[in-house]
Amino acid sequence: MKDSLRVKRQGYIFGFVGSLILTMLAYLLVSSQSMSMGQLFNPAGLIVGLAIIAVVQLFVQLFFFLHLGQESRPRWNLLGFGFAAIVVIIVVVGSLWIMNNLNYNMMTPQAMDQYMRAQSQKGF
Amino acid sequence: MLGRLSWAAFPHEMIVLGGAVSMVGAVALIIAALSYFKLWTWLWREWLTSLDPKRIGVMYGVVGGVMLVRGVIDTALLRTQQALAAGDNPGILTSDHFQQIFTAHGTMMIFFVAMGLMFAIINLILPLQLGARDVAFPFLNSVSFWLFAAGAILVNVSLVIGEFAATGWLAYPPLSGIASSPGVGVDYWLWSLQIAGVGSLLSGINFLVTILRMRAPGMTLKKMPIFAWSVLGSMTLVAFAFPILTATLAMLSLDRLLGMHFFTSEAGGNPMMYINLIWAWGHPEVYILILPAFGIFSEIVATFSRKRLFGYMSMVYAIGAITFLSFIVWLHHFFTMGAGANVNAFFGIMTAVIAVPTGVKVFNWLFTMYRGRIRFATPMLWFMGFVVTFTIGGMTGVLMSVPAIDFQVHNSLFLVAHFHNMIIGGVLFGYFAGFSYWFPKVFGFTLNERLGKYAFWCWIIGFLLAFMPLYILGFMGATRRLDHYDASLGWQGLFIVAGVGVLVILMGIGFQALQIIVSIVQRNKHRDTTGDPWNGRTLEWSTSSPAPAYNFAITPKVESRDPFWEAKQARGKTLPLQHATKEYVDIYLPKNTPLGIYIAVSSFVVGFSVIWHIWWLAVIGFIGVIAFIIIRSFDEDTEIKISAAELKKADAARLALHEAAR
Repeated sequence: MKDSLRVKRQGYIFGFVGSLILTMLAYLLVSSQSMSMGQLFNPAGLIVGLAIIAVVQLFVQLFFFLHLGQESRPRWNLLGFGFAAIVVIIVVVGSLWIMNNLNYNMMTPQAMDQYMRAQSQKGF
Repeated sequence: MLGRLSWAAFPHEMIVLGGAVSMVGAVALIIAALSYFKLWTWLWREWLTSLDPKRIGVMYGVVGGVMLVRGVIDTALLRTQQALAAGDNPGILTSDHFQQIFTAHGTMMIFFVAMGLMFAIINLILPLQLGARDVAFPFLNSVSFWLFAAGAILVNVSLVIGEFAATGWLAYPPLSGIASSPGVGVDYWLWSLQIAGVGSLLSGINFLVTILRMRAPGMTLKKMPIFAWSVLGSMTLVAFAFPILTATLAMLSLDRLLGMHFFTSEAGGNPMMYINLIWAWGHPEVYILILPAFGIFSEIVATFSRKRLFGYMSMVYAIGAITFLSFIVWLHHFFTMGAGANVNAFFGIMTAVIAVPTGVKVFNWLFTMYRGRIRFATPMLWFMGFVVTFTIGGMTGVLMSVPAIDFQVHNSLFLVAHFHNMIIGGVLFGYFAGFSYWFPKVFGFTLNERLGKYAFWCWIIGFLLAFMPLYILGFMGATRRLDHYDASLGWQGLFIVAGVGVLVILMGIGFQALQIIVSIVQRNKHRDTTGDPWNGRTLEWSTSSPAPAYNFAITPKVESRDPFWEAKQARGKTLPLQHATKEYVDIYLPKNTPLGIYIAVSSFVVGFSVIWHIWWLAVIGFIGVIAFIIIRSFDEDTEIKISAAELKKADAARLALHEAAR
């Protein structure tokens, strides 16, 4: 009993410290860009780096705070994660699709002409 | 010291002052009455600190009901303005005040009335229907309720101190950005929704786990009542959609507080992204509200037709389909924002597709009624009114799912009529039906039927009078949120009809209030001694009315979809039901605790002080939230025991009462 409690506590502390480090790392990455240290990464690289740090933090919290992998009925977890992944994909891909499509009605006549040609060559 | 807060924040305009004074007066009156009758201790011990979901449900209902009255009074002001303000007549409200009122109306009706009444009914009935003693996380339930209440209070505080947003109920930037709305109104909107939204998210997770893990032995998912299925769908949506709202509101707050540029037009921000994100939450939200109403109607139509629900499995698949599809239609709220034909066509088709599972449900209800022996009690009247209004609203919705048509009616009163058709004729009628159906289970006596029927007829006639003219006005070109129009347009007659409709709805609310008062006065005449006043089918009717704190003396065992009905058919008697254990066993119930209130009060302090930029107070409030959570997590003495002997005695008394009634 005592042992398992200690294991648990170690897990929480590890998760807490890990989350703190990852959060500060993200902050430092961005703030170093704007300071006199010069451009460490190009903007695209920075975004990829931040996304990786965010995903790592997600899993740190899932394992150490929400005890992923220790549950008695993993089927519900799988279902939950599956649905969460689907919703995230829908919202992210949907938003990108919508936001990139929004300039459709703002095209110059020439651009519109090109677009229509490309569409008719592609076929429907 | 006090940030932006000063004497100038208190109301100066006559009509605002009147509202503020009457609200403060009402609160003072309630406090005085409670003190005079020495009810504070009782209220605190029995209700405010309670973790019993039935009590929490009643408190949700009270907050939702009070907010409903406020929302309808707002409507009366808006419609009076519109009925008068043609041509030279300026009406009774200034433009700015008119905008604040319609924003407050929309915000309150969705977040505090519809959500409040929904969580009320879920708290009251879901554990009983599942044969559970409690929800999965009783303390979390109390925290959720109090966060919801804190949000509701924050909206009302804005009436007295400062102002409310004048941006419409979803506060689109750039209008809601700091440049266009420098006042505290949008901040009130943001923080009340943020606090209440966190409460809703916690509730959603709580009920999700309750349904998945707390069902009575033998109740497989496919033997679960349809109401529980509908709550499962709705709470899944809460768990996945509310984080989007939280993040979107947080980004708008950062824009306003720290000068970030998520939703501005400069520095790489994009206001259209806000509209995209808020509707990615907003569309699931309408299904969050309507799904439990579908579930309530499914229970009612089976009970009052005295038949098994038609097409149980198709209902379940329909709920599943709606739950999924509601995540891929959100663009239909902004077809006109400028996306191309491909995007608009996709979302238009998806929107039309979602009408299919909804239609399946309507036909299932109608087939349940077919050849049933229907009793036209009040809940059944609400159901039949719902079928008519909901079908009209559904058809106008499918009409608007065609992008080309949507371009014509976007932001017109046609749209306003459509969504009120769904939210009043669908959601609200559903909750009213559930209210009159389950009232005896909660309070132990049935409601006065005659007044209930009067209320129903006022509501449906008032509803048709108030909203059918808006469809016509929409076609005539009247836009929403219109506080003044030219007399030559010929709209005034229709606006007056709509105003009369609101008065008839107000009469309906009056009858509902009267119904509750009369029923309380006559409670001994209408006492429900059997626990089963409607000849019900599901588990909640097998225990006494009002249900004891522990719900069931012995946990029931379930073998079919309508376990209580089957038990009654098999034995010709009303009570015996399969049990999980033969004998009474000790049970443990959660102890009352005020920590939920403390956490919510601290959150309220955070919200209020951030709105007014009182930073030191915000820090104190934030420390309070964390401290109270820590205090709770170290409290190990959280349960009280009810011994088997006590249970046996209480249950024997219940059975004796029941025998006497027979």
